Amino acid sequence: MATIDIHPQTEVHHDDHEHDHEHHGNFWTNYIFCQDHKVIAKQFLITGIFWALLGGMLSVIFRLQLGFPDANLEWLRPILGGWITGDGKIDTEFYLALVTMHGTIMVFFVLTAGLSGTFSNFLIPLQIGARDMASGFMNMLSYWFFFLSSVIMFTSLFLSTGPAGGGWTIYPPLSALPQAISGSGLGMTLWLVAMALFIVSSLLGGINYITTVINMRTKGMSFTKMPLTIWAFFFTAIIGVLSFPVLFSAALLLIFDRSFGTSFFLSDIYIGGEALPNQGGSPVLFQHLFWFLGHPEVYIVLLPALGLSSEIIATNSRKPIFGYKAMVGSMLFIAILSFVVWAHHMFVTGMNPFLGSIFTLLTLIIAVPSAVKIFNYVATLWKGNIIFTPAMLFSIGLVSFFLTGGITGIFLGNSAVDIQLHDTYFVVAHFHLVMGSASFFGMMAGVYHWFPKMFGRMMDYKLGQLHFWITFVGVYLVFFPMHYIGIAGFPRRYYSWTNFETFNSFADLNMLVSAAAILTMVAQFIFLFNFFYSIFRGKPAPANPWNSNTLEWTTPRNPGHGNWVGEIPTVYRWPYDYSKPGSKDDFIPQHIPYSETPESNLPHENELIKLEMGNEAIVVENKKH
Amino acid sequence: MMSLIIGLGLVLVLGILYMIFRISNLVGLVKNEEEDIESGNNIHGYLFMAFIILGLGLFFWYSFTHFKSYTLPVASEHGVVTDNLFWVSMVVIVVAFVIISLAMFWFIFKYRYNKNRRAEYIADNHVLEIVWTVIPAIVLALLIFSGLRAWNDITGPASKEAEVVELVGQQWYWTVRYPGVKDNQLGHHNYKLIDASNEFGLDLTDKNSFDDFKASELHFPKGKEILLKIRAKDVLHSVFLPHFRVKMDAVPGMQTTFKFIATKTTDEMREETGNSKFNYEMACTEICGKGHFSMRFLVVVDEPEAYEKWKVSQETWLKLNPDYMKYVPDGLKEAAMINSGMDNISNTATQATATTVSIAN
Repeated sequence: MATIDIHPQTEVHHDDHEHDHEHHGNFWTNYIFCQDHKVIAKQFLITGIFWALLGGMLSVIFRLQLGFPDANLEWLRPILGGWITGDGKIDTEFYLALVTMHGTIMVFFVLTAGLSGTFSNFLIPLQIGARDMASGFMNMLSYWFFFLSSVIMFTSLFLSTGPAGGGWTIYPPLSALPQAISGSGLGMTLWLVAMALFIVSSLLGGINYITTVINMRTKGMSFTKMPLTIWAFFFTAIIGVLSFPVLFSAALLLIFDRSFGTSFFLSDIYIGGEALPNQGGSPVLFQHLFWFLGHPEVYIVLLPALGLSSEIIATNSRKPIFGYKAMVGSMLFIAILSFVVWAHHMFVTGMNPFLGSIFTLLTLIIAVPSAVKIFNYVATLWKGNIIFTPAMLFSIGLVSFFLTGGITGIFLGNSAVDIQLHDTYFVVAHFHLVMGSASFFGMMAGVYHWFPKMFGRMMDYKLGQLHFWITFVGVYLVFFPMHYIGIAGFPRRYYSWTNFETFNSFADLNMLVSAAAILTMVAQFIFLFNFFYSIFRGKPAPANPWNSNTLEWTTPRNPGHGNWVGEIPTVYRWPYDYSKPGSKDDFIPQHIPYSETPESNLPHENELIKLEMGNEAIVVENKKH
Repeated sequence: MMSLIIGLGLVLVLGILYMIFRISNLVGLVKNEEEDIESGNNIHGYLFMAFIILGLGLFFWYSFTHFKSYTLPVASEHGVVTDNLFWVSMVVIVVAFVIISLAMFWFIFKYRYNKNRRAEYIADNHVLEIVWTVIPAIVLALLIFSGLRAWNDITGPASKEAEVVELVGQQWYWTVRYPGVKDNQLGHHNYKLIDASNEFGLDLTDKNSFDDFKASELHFPKGKEILLKIRAKDVLHSVFLPHFRVKMDAVPGMQTTFKFIATKTTDEMREETGNSKFNYEMACTEICGKGHFSMRFLVVVDEPEAYEKWKVSQETWLKLNPDYMKYVPDGLKEAAMINSGMDNISNTATQATATTVSIAN
């Protein structure tokens, strides 16, 4: 197929023939095995939405157990079958499987693949001015590895022994021994295979993102003129490429322990009436390997969301993002530090306490760039002219969650305080707000903001706003009360707390949390309706619906393969010239040269006009920021 | 039949919602969009203000009125320190949280869209940026250093006189071993020696194991340093003593430890909480399988004298499992008889027979 051969470096060929080839190809090459980054992005998005729904449903099921422990769940039998016990309760082992799969699905399949996969793919070429990704074929492979991984993970839900049930962190020996929990049988095998494929997908994607950002920026798009979204995707991809292989090795060693009798993580185990021969392994080693990915993973999930919201908040505040350089710097700092804080998940695992001190220090350092980001967001809102588009609402929600959830990290990162809080609901509240909800809101903001570019139509404004308010309030009602439950010491992953006098309270808060979770879940159907309805029946989108500066809005309403008809625009300015004094409009897109805007140019920008005349890429650093 | 009606009702409701959506869409086409955005914007501005004021109000109201229900009384020395750290951090954090939240939502409200106004072109401000980088850094440094000092004290080596207790986690219960009153040393163990009776995998060739005893409740002396030696037999578990602010994983193949000093006896705690049935408990906080939520173990804190008395009253493991005498090397058999208290067995047995006889008479 001809379009497949189009490579961004052969631009002349591209410009001439691109549109001749536009409608060639059949259903399979256009929508299924497609190498166009926009189609791949949509594939990631739709798959991500499917997983998000499933992951959300799983959480509602276990919230039913936690919030309404006396309820008869017999009515779930048609769906869950034997996992409902004779007296209408959820099986205790299945409860753990639900928790495990909810975590796995949300962290990896929704907030990693669904978020990075969608927006890195969609926005990197469009915002840096490239025809497509560096390797369209690798990009396609990335999706199909993810798809295969999804199929395997999904299949594991239907096993008679249940899917993996040892927690999403799959700590051995629990995850290594089928005698210990039935989910560690075939369910765990499929989990490991699915994750291995997932890592392959993630690496293929990540290498592509990095290469594309470094090599394929359009004329004038220096690093200092890149939108913060691209910076965020760039750092995310680097973190992923460096840390996912470590999870791969952990998974591989666990596969060896499970199937080939090695003892990397197993030692001195007596289970099921027999002493196992394994000796010399260390379960703590697995935790080190797991969290060496696991912690950067938090930022893999969060940074893209922060990037998206930076762009959306600047656009809808009609103001430059405050402290562009500080934003990039703090992301860089976070990306580096994310590799040296992993053991703060392990303060009380028996790890050497000296390591605990080091990781406390490093962990609390990472709070500084995070705080800087929040201040910058708030300062961007200050003296803006804020339009509450659904995307903007979700971005505001993100900042609020990032603050509320992030600030409790100061307790958890402090090893002495963490002793009591570790593995309680306080931790659940913390990471669901700062990583789960904030990233989810970033993803939603991204969908609302870039939907017009993806599908050429607008999503319904009012439904989007309604969706925001129910979800925003719902999420706070779900996770805020968990702080109290956590301070009271309630351990996480408990099927019920009634065995303990100490934890035999808070039935009221738990019921509130569950009710709010159900409400929030139901509200997502507003989004689903809006999303699918608007794909087909939404109002046709104008070329630049949000009056935004970035390059993607210079493409046709439904950009074809190759994105731009004719030449790719040259970039002359940073992406945040909103409400510049002197200019008629309150935005000046990146491709407008300074020579066309003498009325609004700052003194040093006038000097840049000479360079523009030479039709040269502006390599001179823009001194303004 | 009932579910059919519910199903039909649901379809009907969804249908109505869809019609409302279509109609409002059509109405929207007629309306002036610019005005719409501005009036809609006002609504959201006010909603945000209402949200933050109500939210913060609810937060403070619940935090103060329900303080007792979500804070656990503390019963250990280091627990007082970490609780203090927690609450000091809490004050710092709540102050920061309230200021930032109020500022953010106020800006969102105040600077909501107005078509007659224009945003200000403010790209950065180095002074401001340095200030808000340095201030959190200083505050965090203070929190870190007070935290690390506490952490070093808590994780430092235990004193030689510490009262040692061994906790063993397994699916899904705890077993507890005390080093005994004769030698006060835990005997060696080996997981390959574990069987149905020998739960600890006690190595009976080690003479320290003779007087070790298994306890069905965890007893701690008040005011004396306690060193927990923790291990697991099958999968990871985690010792959690919520009132003592103690938590440490139990790891198969690796011994972990935690030292602390209990400061309140069970009776004192019953008085303090006004709950005559109050009990200290131990729980598991590391996912370990289907019984994870049921690994409760009763904990009792005694006055030191009562604790010593309780210890003496416990039967040694070997005495309760005399069959295992066969594993004791010949040279140590006598020591085993003495240290395990088994040399009394015949005496007690005779006495018991005598009593029975006298009752019969």
